[in-house]
Amino acid sequence: MPAVAETIETVQSAQEGGYKFGFETKIEMEFAPKGLNEDIVRFISAKKGEPEWLLEWRLKAYAMWLKMEEPDWAAVSYPKFDYQDAYYYAAPKNKVVPKSLDEVDPELLRTYEKLGIPLREQERLQGIAVDAVFDSVSVATSYKERLGKEGIIFCSISEAVHTHPELVKQYLGSVVPQGDNYFACLNSAVFTDGSFVYIPKGVRCPMELSTYFRINAQNTGQFERTLIVAEAGSHVSYLEGCTAPQRDENQMHAAVVELVAMDDATIKYSTVQNWYPGDAEGKGGIYNFVTKRGACRGARSKISWTQVETGSAITWKYPSCILQGDDSVGEFYSVAITNNRQQADTGTKMWHIGKNTRSTIVSKGISAGHGQNTYRGLVKISPKATGARNFTQCDSLLIGDQCGAHTVPYIENRCASAKIEHEATTSRIAEDQLFYCRARGLNQEEAVGLIVNGFCREVLKELPMEFAVEAQKLLAISLEGSVG
Amino acid sequence: MLKIENLTAEIDGKEILKGITLEVPAGEVHAIMGPNGSGKSTLSYVLSGREGYEITGGTATFNGIDLLAMEPEERAAAGVFLAFQYPVELPGVGNANFLRTALNAIRRARGEVEVDAMQFLKLSRAKIKALQMSEDMLKRNVNVGFSGGEKKRNEVLQMAMLEPKLAILDETDSGLDIDALKVVADGVNAMRGPEFSALVITHYQRLLDHITPDRVHVLMGGRIVKTGGPELALELEAEGYAKVAA
Amino acid sequence: MNTMVTGAASFLGRFEGLRERLPGGRTPWVAKLRAEAAESFRAQGLPGRRIEAWHYTDLGVLAQLGFTEALTLADEAPALPPTRAAHRAVFVDGRFAPALSLLPPGAAPLSEALEATEGRLGALAQNLPIVALNTMLFEDGLVLDVPAGVDAGEMELLSFATHAGRAIAFHPRHLIRLGEGAKLTLIDTSLGEAEATYLHNPVYEIAVAEGATLSHIRIQREGRAGFQLSTVLATVQAGGTYDNFTLNAGGRLVRNEIHVALQGPKAACHMNGAQLVAEGQHADTTTFLDHAAPDCPSRQTYKTVLAGRSRGVFQGKILVRQAAQRTDGYQMNQALLLSDDAEINAKPQLEIYADDVKCSHGATVGALDEAQLFYLRARGIPASIARAMLVEAFLTEAIEGVTNPLAQEALSEAISGWWQKEAV
Repeated sequence: MPAVAETIETVQSAQEGGYKFGFETKIEMEFAPKGLNEDIVRFISAKKGEPEWLLEWRLKAYAMWLKMEEPDWAAVSYPKFDYQDAYYYAAPKNKVVPKSLDEVDPELLRTYEKLGIPLREQERLQGIAVDAVFDSVSVATSYKERLGKEGIIFCSISEAVHTHPELVKQYLGSVVPQGDNYFACLNSAVFTDGSFVYIPKGVRCPMELSTYFRINAQNTGQFERTLIVAEAGSHVSYLEGCTAPQRDENQMHAAVVELVAMDDATIKYSTVQNWYPGDAEGKGGIYNFVTKRGACRGARSKISWTQVETGSAITWKYPSCILQGDDSVGEFYSVAITNNRQQADTGTKMWHIGKNTRSTIVSKGISAGHGQNTYRGLVKISPKATGARNFTQCDSLLIGDQCGAHTVPYIENRCASAKIEHEATTSRIAEDQLFYCRARGLNQEEAVGLIVNGFCREVLKELPMEFAVEAQKLLAISLEGSVG
Repeated sequence: MLKIENLTAEIDGKEILKGITLEVPAGEVHAIMGPNGSGKSTLSYVLSGREGYEITGGTATFNGIDLLAMEPEERAAAGVFLAFQYPVELPGVGNANFLRTALNAIRRARGEVEVDAMQFLKLSRAKIKALQMSEDMLKRNVNVGFSGGEKKRNEVLQMAMLEPKLAILDETDSGLDIDALKVVADGVNAMRGPEFSALVITHYQRLLDHITPDRVHVLMGGRIVKTGGPELALELEAEGYAKVAA
Repeated sequence: MNTMVTGAASFLGRFEGLRERLPGGRTPWVAKLRAEAAESFRAQGLPGRRIEAWHYTDLGVLAQLGFTEALTLADEAPALPPTRAAHRAVFVDGRFAPALSLLPPGAAPLSEALEATEGRLGALAQNLPIVALNTMLFEDGLVLDVPAGVDAGEMELLSFATHAGRAIAFHPRHLIRLGEGAKLTLIDTSLGEAEATYLHNPVYEIAVAEGATLSHIRIQREGRAGFQLSTVLATVQAGGTYDNFTLNAGGRLVRNEIHVALQGPKAACHMNGAQLVAEGQHADTTTFLDHAAPDCPSRQTYKTVLAGRSRGVFQGKILVRQAAQRTDGYQMNQALLLSDDAEINAKPQLEIYADDVKCSHGATVGALDEAQLFYLRARGIPASIARAMLVEAFLTEAIEGVTNPLAQEALSEAISGWWQKEAV
């Protein structure tokens, strides 16, 4: 059963409502000392037995980060995060590196089962290969063998550094350079794990690949790094899910995802982000500052981002596409919900460089409670991107009169033959829609859930089947208590 | 009047017209019939000068002048009129303003005096009446919010106003009800005379019940595969393209 | 020292040297206002591209020119367009020209009426650097009161910049107030001589009372070496209407910034405009619509046509405050690129804190439609005329809101004048 479905059941049986993944796993952990300095960077690198070049790369990023300022342009407000008061490395204590699932701490396996991610292949029915990241380290990657037959590499990035150093060296930081922005720079210095995917030329990945992220330990930041490379003519669909236990403190999550698509390659990247959002008064919750970017390097390549963002206290993320290859395609489909005191500033950048490049942006923002939801997006057309096309649709839905919905699209065009269309609307659930549903026997919350799902339909249909149904339920749960 | 010899043309490197030879003498109405994708619309666009078509060989002359070397507006001024299969909407452009601008541009090109607003109004009213259309049509923006039938009527009105020597009707009958079809046919028939020729491009024989062609050509795969009298159209209708062309 | 600071320093230097001699220099409240503005301007400087609101408009070129004041005799009659309305206020190089003007009752030049504007001048000013620059250095302007219930018909406001042989700057401050139920159409034209290098920095403080209607038509045809940075600050009370149409068709670099606050229920605002931008020009329209009261409708339609090597900017923000329930806000901005060297930057923006609202915006960017162009040419219309027709059609939606015949006339003259000069 997929992660989200499990969660929902857990949630529905929970008495107090609220966040459903709020349990903590009691497991012996190994921490690096609190705080951030060059020694910590060296410590992380040493722990992972990294080659010298990667340590240098990290140190360079750290030096850059020291000179950078935390950005303040997003429509989010939060108390300054104390970077010295967090752990940058936390790993389940395990004397030997697990070679198979049998060697993985059973407590850890139980945690993932609780989350609905059965790591034991024999238990899995739906055929999704999973890489699970627990706090800072990848604990298990399943289905490795079957993928290996196709020449597909799917493993943790720490492992890839050792097994495929040439690939990691070639592509790491090639889409999101170390100094790209404050959070990506921090990640470059201290990233601890994440997933690595390589799809060889002409291979269609036979199953969905999936990573499950979980922040468990207290006061830790999670800085994972994902790198996906799709060679010419290949095809891959990747799913990402995230949860964290319920805590009063804010925890930092600053991930970087880099995608590279060569000629005729397609990467579909789907996210269901359900980090702990904090309580109704805004206490606790994850600060989710993520840099995701894909480079459509090859002609006719395609990168498609789909995200359902229901969690986190603060979301700051702009999955983007650099459309370099002629006729390449970028897509961004997003649902973002902010309830209670959640704040989201999310959107995308579509940078058209190649000829006849096309991009589609569909963003659905839902604000409830005291939530603040901002779509921020850039469509940029370079002079040589003749025949470029963009279509953007941004819709906002307000539930209640204490929330806010904001739309900030930037359009920068330097090409006469480009065609850009942008539409944005803001509305609320109409009384007559609600009444109609209720007259047919739905209660208030069911009616809202139904209407919200209709509102998000264009995005949800982009999710892989396994995720879509569960994401719908998650939407309804996230809005609990927002009406009536 | 119109003479096409071994004309070949392609779009995006794909050859659509593969050597068309055809002559429409003054005073005659010829029909071109063919299945979808045979190159009918391409032929009409190539003859009227739309961009995006590369002429790779052959010639097309209009009263001895090289038609293919002319700009679209020069062809119109010379007397070639294309009735569009899909008339284009021009939001913000009034139909009367459009017609008068076109009429005067053509008159200017021919060295004739331009018509003033009053003369234009008189002229357009007379034509509208003759075509049994509503004057309301002049006040609206060109083709904006027009039904399929109204758009085609508007094409016929333009043809009546601009008085071309050669009219190319590109599937003007598609999507028309019988009343609109009659308006189109009457419009063409009213113009028939020793100095007027027409090339009626159509998929079905229906329109040819109302506009009797002098010759019928069958266009398939970018070539004229058969030519005959009006009876050929009936034959096509009864037997289908594949059989007749075989 | 970077150019931004240099630019500010030059204006601050002028202020220090002139402060005693500027109108109201010895009137305590005016002097205080100016000193505060100078402080604000000193702190902010000329806005640079790092300021979000100025990201797309670079004042670097302006900062490098050292502007001084005009020494023109205001009544030197320049070649003005024919008078259209019954009343006219003419400003030459920013100073009121009595011999060229015919003021209606209730109107006076600010240089004369300044003492009486205490509490009114600066009342709507926000902490914007360009407004601070104006407050610091204004010399003149129009003070206009339309009493309650009066339909004042049409009036012209005309600014003309002469060729002074050096860069001059003028910062007129216009204070316009409509009493309850009053009506006025203000046709507001800015012109400048072709070779004149100057900065025209007008600030308008406009108060529209309950049920009053102000129709403000701005025709910007500054000289091609001229700069205009204009700021309209307007408030509208219950049932009142403020309509602004702005044509941006001249100048080297022009920013037209409009702030309208709908402060009473059922106050309305229509903001429309057209920007015609040609070789070497930069035109920026930035609007800010503040819905602060319930049941207010607002409509915005802006069209930008770009030819040659030029740059156009549209930024439009609609803010709906929590109290502004049942707001009906709509904004559309469209750009038409006629050249490969043109650039358009657009940033429409919605910021919404009320739930029972209907708000939308749209933006499109594109070239002339080839199918439309071909259709016109296939009917015998030469390409150049066909393009002109399509450009005119493109502008229609923005222009059709202007219904006053005098204003329509002025507008169509300006547009056809631009097309004849710049047609491609």
